[in-house]
Amino acid sequence: MRLAEETFLTDDFVRQLSNVGEVDILVGLPTHNNAKTIGSIVKTIQSGILRWFPRERAVIINADGGSRDGTPELVTGVSIDDVRRSSDLHALRTLHSITTKYAPSPAGQAAMRTILSAAELLQAKACIVMSPESCSVEAEWISRLLQPVRNDGFDLVAPTYRRHKFEGLLITNLLYPMSRALYGLRIREPYAHEFGFSGRLASEFLSQNSWDDGAGGSGIELRFTLAAIRARHPICQSFLGQKDHVEQRGADLVPALRETVGPLFSALEPDFPVWSAVVGSQPLPTIGPDHEVLLDLVRVNRKRLRAMFSSGVAELTTVFQSILSPATLVELQKVAQLGEEDFEYSTELWVKTVYEFAASYHKSVINRDHIIQALAPLFRGRALAFFTEHRNGSGEDVENAIENLCLEFERLKPYLLQMWKSGE
Amino acid sequence: MREMIVSELSQAVQELARGFAHYLPRLIVMLILAFAGWVVAYVVKAILRSILRLIKFDRLSENAGASQLLNKAALPPATEVLSRFVFWVVWFGFILIGVSVLGILGLQEQIGKFFFFLPRLFIALFILFFGLLAASFFSRAALLAAVNANVPSPRVLSLLVRSIIIVFVLSIVFEEVGIAEQTMLVAFGIGFGALMLGLAIAFGIGGRDLARHFLEKRFVHPKKDESEDEFSPL
Repeated sequence: MRLAEETFLTDDFVRQLSNVGEVDILVGLPTHNNAKTIGSIVKTIQSGILRWFPRERAVIINADGGSRDGTPELVTGVSIDDVRRSSDLHALRTLHSITTKYAPSPAGQAAMRTILSAAELLQAKACIVMSPESCSVEAEWISRLLQPVRNDGFDLVAPTYRRHKFEGLLITNLLYPMSRALYGLRIREPYAHEFGFSGRLASEFLSQNSWDDGAGGSGIELRFTLAAIRARHPICQSFLGQKDHVEQRGADLVPALRETVGPLFSALEPDFPVWSAVVGSQPLPTIGPDHEVLLDLVRVNRKRLRAMFSSGVAELTTVFQSILSPATLVELQKVAQLGEEDFEYSTELWVKTVYEFAASYHKSVINRDHIIQALAPLFRGRALAFFTEHRNGSGEDVENAIENLCLEFERLKPYLLQMWKSGE
Repeated sequence: MREMIVSELSQAVQELARGFAHYLPRLIVMLILAFAGWVVAYVVKAILRSILRLIKFDRLSENAGASQLLNKAALPPATEVLSRFVFWVVWFGFILIGVSVLGILGLQEQIGKFFFFLPRLFIALFILFFGLLAASFFSRAALLAAVNANVPSPRVLSLLVRSIIIVFVLSIVFEEVGIAEQTMLVAFGIGFGALMLGLAIAFGIGGRDLARHFLEKRFVHPKKDESEDEFSPL
């Protein structure tokens, strides 16, 4: 293991890892005050390992960001015997659970780096990272994420979920179509909190990722996915089941944009030779369906979304003048005048907006974080248009709309290249 | 009598010639220094212009809001203004050195003062530029944060942030160049104090309900806001 990783990990943690020795399977569990859910998740993970990998040497690595609710104690306190008794399963090997604390900031990066370093030190063959917040995690998820790596030679297993048609709009309306159009691979969940990967990919990412730069702190999961695509590692998707309905407020949109769109825009700069040469996109091998749509009723305050979009366009005109082309800005100002019922933010205008933001981010026309923040009101407009258009639509309608948006992103890729190169 | 006049005249001419002969080399030195100064100033201007273009100073200046000010005053771009300014300062410095060689009484002290003032002028300009940059950055940050938090009148908030920073920067700049130090300090103190008092009164009287609502929401019973949506962007 490299010196950088040795000094990054605490002595105590390295000692614990040395006691474990080499493993076949590593389960990474990044936590921070997850006492409510962590106990059941650890039990489910243990159950999955006992059921599907009883002959493998396995370890659960909990990278904790300084929880004050006893999360690490809960992780190490879950007895494998309870799982054995309740499920009548038996492991032929010892299943270790190790917990360590990482430096509090930047959280996501430090947790991921700890897990990857442990995977490298223990020479793990197949690894998964599990979200500590998921209430719907099932033992089968362990198998679905690990088997493709363990048995089929894939280096990255991205999840697909059963989601509500209006859940994850940032992913369906920006992250998935844009990453698909640019990198040429149809990964439905490029920013996932549950995924499987090989030890080889872990070591490669560990050595190549610039851990100390400012951008490394956020969206590490997305950066991991993009690194796998860039290096042409074999990637597949695996259907897990229903994704939790995580209630997040509209105010959380800016951090979400920083976590996802920021790293994506940031990656476009070094990856220019890769994405500029890609034409079209390819489907991935997928175990199970690549999506499933739920149609329950959800409460959406369309009036508030419209008001925030319109006021954003009006108040941020000076900011948009630096980011957007005059034609796009005029179009947006016209959209901002539309009423709630006839509100329409066309796919073409949305794609042009996103591409112009990406090009402006590349050129640093203003502070890059400000560019990301300025996208928030426009995304609200796009979300409103999506609700308005599909509130009575079936799952198939929504899926067709997402597919059309993806094709629009692919069709307008030359526009991004043109914007990217203009003024250089 | 005639001889005496001729003698006095010739003596005066000789003294004039001696005086001229005494000053001529100094005058030549001054002219040489002025010429050399022009050459040095021109080279400095060219180098500075290249460096500023390389570091995209115009864009920086645009971000600071300085370009808009220059446009309004029908002046060339910031790179050009700064390089021209440095050209004139360097050349003027050389001319003053040349003038000091002439040894004219009284000028020496003024020239000394000018050279003493020069570093302070540059520091003041430096503070002014980066102050404008900071004002632009923080006012934009305030604007974006206010828009995304759905705070009413975000532009007023942004303008307030910009104004406070600019007033603060100007007070430092005036103090640095030594213009009406006391007046500026008192004016800043009064202006800033009045602004803060005004804000405190405005928020205290006008925002009681808002503050109570905020505190209740934050610390007492976190209730679900009916206006919030039941979907996650991720």
